[in-house]
Amino acid sequence: MPTMLEVTGLNHRYGKGDGAHVAVRELSFSVDAGELACIVGPSGCGKSTLLRCIAGLIPPTGGSVRLHGDEVSGVPDDLAVVFQDYSRSLFPWLTVARNVEFPLRWRKLSKQERAERAQEALDAVGLSGVGKKFPWQLSGGMQQRVSIARALASKPALLIMDEPFASVDAQTRFELEDLLRRVQREQQSTILLVTHDIDESVYLGDRVLVLSKSPATIVADLAVDLPAERDQIATRESAKFVTLRGEVARLLQTGPAAPATTEEASDEVTAAADAAEWAATEEEAAETGGATKEARH
Amino acid sequence: MRSLYRNLAGLIGFFLIWEGAVRVGLVPELFVPPPSEVLSTTAQLLGQEPFIRDVIATVLAWAIALGISIAIAVPAGLLLGSIAWLRTATRAIVEFLRPIPSVALIPLVLLVVGGGPEAKITLAVYAAVWPILFNTIYALAEIDPVLMDTARACGTSRARMLTSVALPHAAPFVFTGIRMSAAIALILVVSTEYVAGASSGLGNFILEASSGGTNMDQVLAGTVVAGVIGYLINDGLERVGRRMFRWNEAVGEAAK
Amino acid sequence: MTQVTERATRLRSQAAAGISGFARNWLVFIGAVAVWELATRLAASVFFPPPSEIVATAGQLWFSGPASQLFLSETVFDHILPSIGRCLGGWAIAVVLGVGLGTALGRSRTGMEYVGPLFAFFRAIPPPTLVPVFMVLFGLGPGMQVATIIFGAIWPILLNTVDGVRSVDSVKVDTARSFRTPAPYWIGMVVLPAALPKIFAGLRLSLSISLILMVVSELIGSLNGIGHQLISSQQQFEFPLMWSWIVLLGILGYGLNAVLLAVERRVLRWQPTRNDDA
Repeated sequence: MPTMLEVTGLNHRYGKGDGAHVAVRELSFSVDAGELACIVGPSGCGKSTLLRCIAGLIPPTGGSVRLHGDEVSGVPDDLAVVFQDYSRSLFPWLTVARNVEFPLRWRKLSKQERAERAQEALDAVGLSGVGKKFPWQLSGGMQQRVSIARALASKPALLIMDEPFASVDAQTRFELEDLLRRVQREQQSTILLVTHDIDESVYLGDRVLVLSKSPATIVADLAVDLPAERDQIATRESAKFVTLRGEVARLLQTGPAAPATTEEASDEVTAAADAAEWAATEEEAAETGGATKEARH
Repeated sequence: MRSLYRNLAGLIGFFLIWEGAVRVGLVPELFVPPPSEVLSTTAQLLGQEPFIRDVIATVLAWAIALGISIAIAVPAGLLLGSIAWLRTATRAIVEFLRPIPSVALIPLVLLVVGGGPEAKITLAVYAAVWPILFNTIYALAEIDPVLMDTARACGTSRARMLTSVALPHAAPFVFTGIRMSAAIALILVVSTEYVAGASSGLGNFILEASSGGTNMDQVLAGTVVAGVIGYLINDGLERVGRRMFRWNEAVGEAAK
Repeated sequence: MTQVTERATRLRSQAAAGISGFARNWLVFIGAVAVWELATRLAASVFFPPPSEIVATAGQLWFSGPASQLFLSETVFDHILPSIGRCLGGWAIAVVLGVGLGTALGRSRTGMEYVGPLFAFFRAIPPPTLVPVFMVLFGLGPGMQVATIIFGAIWPILLNTVDGVRSVDSVKVDTARSFRTPAPYWIGMVVLPAALPKIFAGLRLSLSISLILMVVSELIGSLNGIGHQLISSQQQFEFPLMWSWIVLLGILGYGLNAVLLAVERRVLRWQPTRNDDA
């Protein structure tokens, strides 16, 4: 399989000089076409920064991101992002169908082709009959399906998902995980998914990239050699799954390269990292004309 | 700091454009005098007793009107907001009275109460009552039912509920209504003075200055002073509101 | 099936409740008019003619025209329609300017820092005080009236638009950016819809201001219009006539506001809080 995404020596620093906070340090990895790669890391480790750099929403302070060979500067053409907070990511003034059609609006498509593609995407996520409803009339899980359908409708070369299932209840979450794997295999999409949930990363991924505490670096790159067909109960019970998740958990807790730190100290680091990331996002949002009013978590 | 400079730059820029437009002849100087002239006239007027009297007359009428409006509208709003049948009974009348533009009553009020300060106060009260009344009713209707249930579960009496739950909740909304009413009352006071040719007040000053058609610097000076008064009222109330209701995010958002 | 019948039953009961509420409102209204009639007859003040007399005068005044004009009298064409035209025309220009400028300023980070205090000052000026200035600039007539209305009506729209445009959620900003949304779609499909609730609050306020300024400008300097007729009927001591103009202004205020509210309900029906068919 050809390489779809290639991240080399990525660095991101907020601020300048001594007060600078390094969120991402010398991070390199690649994702092959048709692969579902999960990035798992402790909260506040710089996952969001990493995703925003890859998606081109913020320019990294060092290193390079290549999407199917092209250097990423600014948001690339064929990329879509699914955000954690579906209620804020969907446009409440558009019906479900129009939300899904949104990224196709400015493409050279006839009205009918656009509607058909939106319908296909909605069918793929199992939401055939709700096109005329408004997002708030759907449950949380269904709303997140709509945002997945919207991302799929634009047929992106790379789909980036930022903690997509962190805001739905456990039952819905299982459903959505299976749905995502099914759709990914049907459509041969390349997905990079970020999560803080170890089980989810192992269950979903073809590969799991384990991040260290802030600044984010890659601690391990594990291939998940579970069968392609997964099952919420059988897979999670299998010895392989249990071993893998244990391995990821250990890596997250200690990290082979990370020096032993006391709990308080690492908490402080996490808090500082969160704060810095926040300040930076807010500043950035203000620049783009939006006002960040509340924290994401 | 930088934003303060930009604020000042904006103001100065506006005055420069105005000055330039008059000097170049884009606007006839006789009709719209340059700001330099208007500002110096304003400074002169502020040193003259009759003008100060006019300003005081206007501000006083405004303050009395706003006070009366609050005294009428807040209790009425609390009553209508907490007693449902009273609200339904009066709805049609309120719906009929409210849309009458207050200025339409100027001729009537002049006939009935004469051209003195009572006329402008009456009209300003008529106009200023509505925002406060509606915001008060709205605030009582919007109280979180969970909050009320919690209070009821704690065995709070009806009277205590009004004073300790409903009033603190309603206060920011009422205050927003008062802010809107303050602006409207000023418009009405000045308009009545201007239309009715009252014996004193800023509106009357502007009317007299404009009657010759040659004292446009005085007309504009009066307008500037009226604008400054309006700005100070609005800014002052906004500051008070922010200080009083720091806990509430609804402040500043008009209910209706 | 059951859902459909359930829905029908609910609709019917809602309709019944609506009709009874409607009837009750009108009953109260009729009662109030009756009390007014009685009070004015008892008081017998020339200033306060009974409502029956007002209605008779108003009917004679407005509906005495020929059938070819739908029975509308010359007064309607000479005074009422020009007034409404100036009010709505001025308001419409204020809407276009206010929303356009407000969107541009809301999108710019520094724009408002330059003009914010200036606009706050403009908004604080009681608009009638500018009538003399507009009068010397545009003369007695529609130009002066429309200018006064625009100046009074634009600020609530402009400042509310800026506020609304600024309040676009950061996640929506990121979402739109991640799809590389071109500027026209970004403004038209994300920024303006997000700002609409605030814009409508400004529109409502500015519409009532427009009506007030229409009357004020006609009271002061006009050769026709409702305000002009109002003041001249007062000067000629024709009180039932004066009252019929006051009542007309009330109806106008009510009607314009009702139409705008209906438009708002339709345009903002996506808001969960104003769901009509949840």
